[in-house]
Amino acid sequence: MLDLSRWKIWSISLIILVGILFSIPSLIAGTTLSDRYPSFLPSAKINLGLDLAGGSHLLLEADTADAAKQRLQSMEDQVTTELRRNPRVEIGDISTSGGRLTFLVRDPTQVDTAVERLRQITQPVGLTGSRDWDVQVMDSTRIVMTPTQGGAQRALKDAMTVARDVVRRRIDPQGTKEITVINQGSNRILVQVPGVEDPEALKRLIGQTARLEFKLVDLTADQAQVQQGRAPAGSQVLPMAEGGGAIAVKRRVMVSGDQLVDAKQGFDQDGRAVVNIRFNAAGARRFGRVTQENVNKPFAIILDDKVLSAPNINEPILGGQAQISGSFTVETANQLAVSLASGKLPVKLNVIEERTVGPDLGKDSIRKGAIASIVATGAVILFMLVTYGRFGIYATAALIVNALLILGIMAVFNATLTLPGIAGFVLTIGAAVDANVLINERIREEQRRGRKILDAIETGYKEASTAIFDANITNVIAAVLMWYFGSGPIRGFAVVLMIGIVTSVFTAVNFTRVLVAIWVKRKRPRVLHI
Amino acid sequence: MKLLKLVPDNTNLDFMRWRNVALVISIVVTVASLAIVGIRGLNLGVDFVGGQMIRTTFPQAISVEKLRSDVDGLHLGESSIQEFGGPKSYQIRLPKPEGGEAAANRAAIQVRQMIQQNYPGARVDAVETVSGKVSEELARDGALAIALAMLGIAVYIWFRFEWQFGVGALVTLFHDVSMTLGFFSVTRLQVDLNVVAAILTIVGYSLNDTVVIYDRIRENLRKYRKMAIVPLLNLSLNETLSRTMVTSLSILLALGVLLLLGPEVIFGLTIAIFIGIFVGTYSSIYISSPVLVWLGVKPDSFVRSDEEQAAGPAAV
Repeated sequence: MLDLSRWKIWSISLIILVGILFSIPSLIAGTTLSDRYPSFLPSAKINLGLDLAGGSHLLLEADTADAAKQRLQSMEDQVTTELRRNPRVEIGDISTSGGRLTFLVRDPTQVDTAVERLRQITQPVGLTGSRDWDVQVMDSTRIVMTPTQGGAQRALKDAMTVARDVVRRRIDPQGTKEITVINQGSNRILVQVPGVEDPEALKRLIGQTARLEFKLVDLTADQAQVQQGRAPAGSQVLPMAEGGGAIAVKRRVMVSGDQLVDAKQGFDQDGRAVVNIRFNAAGARRFGRVTQENVNKPFAIILDDKVLSAPNINEPILGGQAQISGSFTVETANQLAVSLASGKLPVKLNVIEERTVGPDLGKDSIRKGAIASIVATGAVILFMLVTYGRFGIYATAALIVNALLILGIMAVFNATLTLPGIAGFVLTIGAAVDANVLINERIREEQRRGRKILDAIETGYKEASTAIFDANITNVIAAVLMWYFGSGPIRGFAVVLMIGIVTSVFTAVNFTRVLVAIWVKRKRPRVLHI
Repeated sequence: MKLLKLVPDNTNLDFMRWRNVALVISIVVTVASLAIVGIRGLNLGVDFVGGQMIRTTFPQAISVEKLRSDVDGLHLGESSIQEFGGPKSYQIRLPKPEGGEAAANRAAIQVRQMIQQNYPGARVDAVETVSGKVSEELARDGALAIALAMLGIAVYIWFRFEWQFGVGALVTLFHDVSMTLGFFSVTRLQVDLNVVAAILTIVGYSLNDTVVIYDRIRENLRKYRKMAIVPLLNLSLNETLSRTMVTSLSILLALGVLLLLGPEVIFGLTIAIFIGIFVGTYSSIYISSPVLVWLGVKPDSFVRSDEEQAAGPAAV
C-alpha cells in the first residue's frame, strides 16, 4: 500500500491542485478580481443564496378557477365570431355557468352545421383522438360545450409557460439582471430576485394580470338597473377602478391589449401621468374603424375587469396611438406601462410564499459565518495536533485541502452557498477528521497488538476503509433526501453536505496516504508516536 | 512529544453491565420527550403553520412592551414578539391574515410603516410570508423526508449487516430524533425548515458512531466465534471508544464555535445538530448495541454471509 505508484501520486496531486485553483476566486470574494489576477486561472465563483446576498424569493400559484373562467370566456368569443360568419347561425341565451358554455340555436335546422363548425375550432389533444372541448346537443336545439380534462391541462401548461416569460419580462425588462424564474409543478412559478429594495412593488408588478380591453359604453342601459348589477343583453356591468360605481359596456371587445406593440409612461397636456400605447397594424386598423363609427360616443378603457376611464371619442383615432388616463401617479403609470408592454398574464397569479432578506442581514451573516468557519477550523486543527502529533499534521493538511476542495467544487458547479450551507460547511469540518480518526485509531490499535510500523499503517488504512464507507453512506442517504424534499436554503445545506462527504473521504484516505507514504519512505521511522 | 489521550489504551469498561439501567433511563426520557411534544407542542414557525414573520433591528435597545402595543395597535390578529440574537433585534410574528394575499401584503406594509415612523433608523431585515397551503406542504414534506431517511438508512444497514442491526439503527434513530424534538418542546425554540434539515443531518451523522461500532462488532463476531455476545459487545465498544470520543468531540467543538460566533438565523439548526450528535454518541453505545443482545445476535449470524462480505465494496 505504501508503495504508491508514481501515477497515483500525480493524479491525486493534480486533483487537489485543480480544486484549490478553483477555490481561489471564491476566497477573495467581495473584492472583484483585480487586473493582476492572471486570466488563465479559473474565475468562477460560488453563488451566494438569497439569504446571504439579500433578495426576494416568491412562489406564485396560478388561480386555476380564474384560468378556467377565462378559457370559457375566450371560447365564447370564438364561438360568437365563428357563427357570425357566413352562413350566419343565429344563437341566443348564452351562458357560461357551471363551467360549461351553453347556448340556443334559433333555427333548429342549423344545429348540425353549427356543431360541425364548432368541432372545427376545437383542437386535438394528444394522440388518442380526443379534443380539448366536447361539443354536444341537448334538447335538440341547445349546444353544450364542455372543456375536457386533457384540454384544460394543456391550456394550463401553455398558460404557465407564457406566464413565466411574462413575469420575467416584467421584473427585468432589459434582460440584464440575474433573476430566476422557473415553472414548478403544474401550476406554480418560482421567482428569485437578488437585492430587492421594495418587495411590495415587485409583488404588485407580478400580481397585475394586465388584461387591457377597450369596449364601447352601452348608452341604452338603464342607470338604476346598472347600479344593481343588471345589464341589457349583449352588455355587462363593470366596476370603476376609482371612486366606486359601475358602468355598462358592450360585451364585444373593440380592441384588446394583445394588439399592443408598445406602452410607455408619459404625461398629458395638464401634466398628469398617463400611459401612451401603440397598436400593431391590425389593431390600429380596427381601432380606427370602430372610433370612426362611434364618434361622440364614450368608450371604456378596461384593465383587469375594472374601468379605468370612459372618455368620449371626439374624433376617429387613426394613427394607432392612444393614451390611457386614469388616476395614476408616475410610479403606477410606469408599472402599468411595463405590465402592458410585457403582455398580459394568461392566468392570474397569487403569491403563496414570500421570503425577503435585506442586504444588511446577509452581510452580517456572511461575516459571522466566515469568522465561525475559521475559528472552528482552527479549533479542530488544534485538537487534532494535540491528539495525534505527526499524524495530526496529516489530518490537518487533509482538513485544509478538504475545505478548499469543497469551495472549489462548489465554484465549478456554480453551486449556491446558503446560510444553512455555512452550518453544513462547519459541520463537515468537524466531521471530516472522522475518517482520519478512524485510520489513526486503527493504526494505534494495530501497533499495540504488536504489528511492525509499516504493517500497522497498512492494516490501519485497509481495515478502516469499510467503516469509513458505511458511515458515510448513511450521511449521503440523509443528504439526498434533504435535497429532494427541501427548497432554496435547505438544498444549499444538502449540497455542501454531499460535496463535503465526498471530498472528506477523498482527502482523508487518499491524500493523507500519500503524505504518510512519503514520510515513511524518507525517514524509515522505527517508532510511531500516534 | 506527549500526545493527548482522551481515552487510555486498552480500556476495559463494562458498558453492558449498565445496559438495563440505561434502557430504563432512555425509555423514560424518550417517553417524556414524546409526551411533552404531545402536550406542550412545538413552537412551530411560519414555515409550518403559515403567517408572517418580520425581523427588525433597531438602532438602540427598545422597550418590548412598547413595540408589542404598537404592533397590537395595528389590529392584525394575535401577534408574538421575540428577542432575536440581541436586545436590538426582534422577530414579530403575525397570524395568517384572513383575506389572502392582498391582506398579507397590507399587513407587511403596515408593520413596516409603523416601524419606520415610531422607530426612526430601524431596519427591516427579513420578511417571510407563508400561506396555509404552502405551510401544510412543507410540514408534510418535512415529515416524509425524515421518515424516509430513517427507513432508508435502516434498510441500508440491514443489507450491509443483518436485520437485527437494521432494527437497532431504527430504534437508535427514533430515540435520537425524539430527544431532539423534546429539547425543542422544552426550550420553546422555534421549529422551522432549518430544524427539519438539522434532524435529517442528525439521522445521518448520529448513526456514524453506530455504524463504526457495528462494523467492529461484525469483525469481532467473525474473529471470536466462541465469545459470548455481551463480552464481545464490551470489547467492540472499548476498541472503538477512543475514536467515538475524538470524532464526537471534534464535531461538537466545531458546532460549539458556530453556536457562539455564528449567525443568529441558523442558531436553531446548529443547536439541533449539536444536541443530536451528543445524544447520538450516547445512544450508539447504550441503545444500538444492547438492542443486538435483545434481538439475539450470535457469532453464527455472520457465518453464512462471510463470502458475500468478502466481495463487498473495495477499499476506498
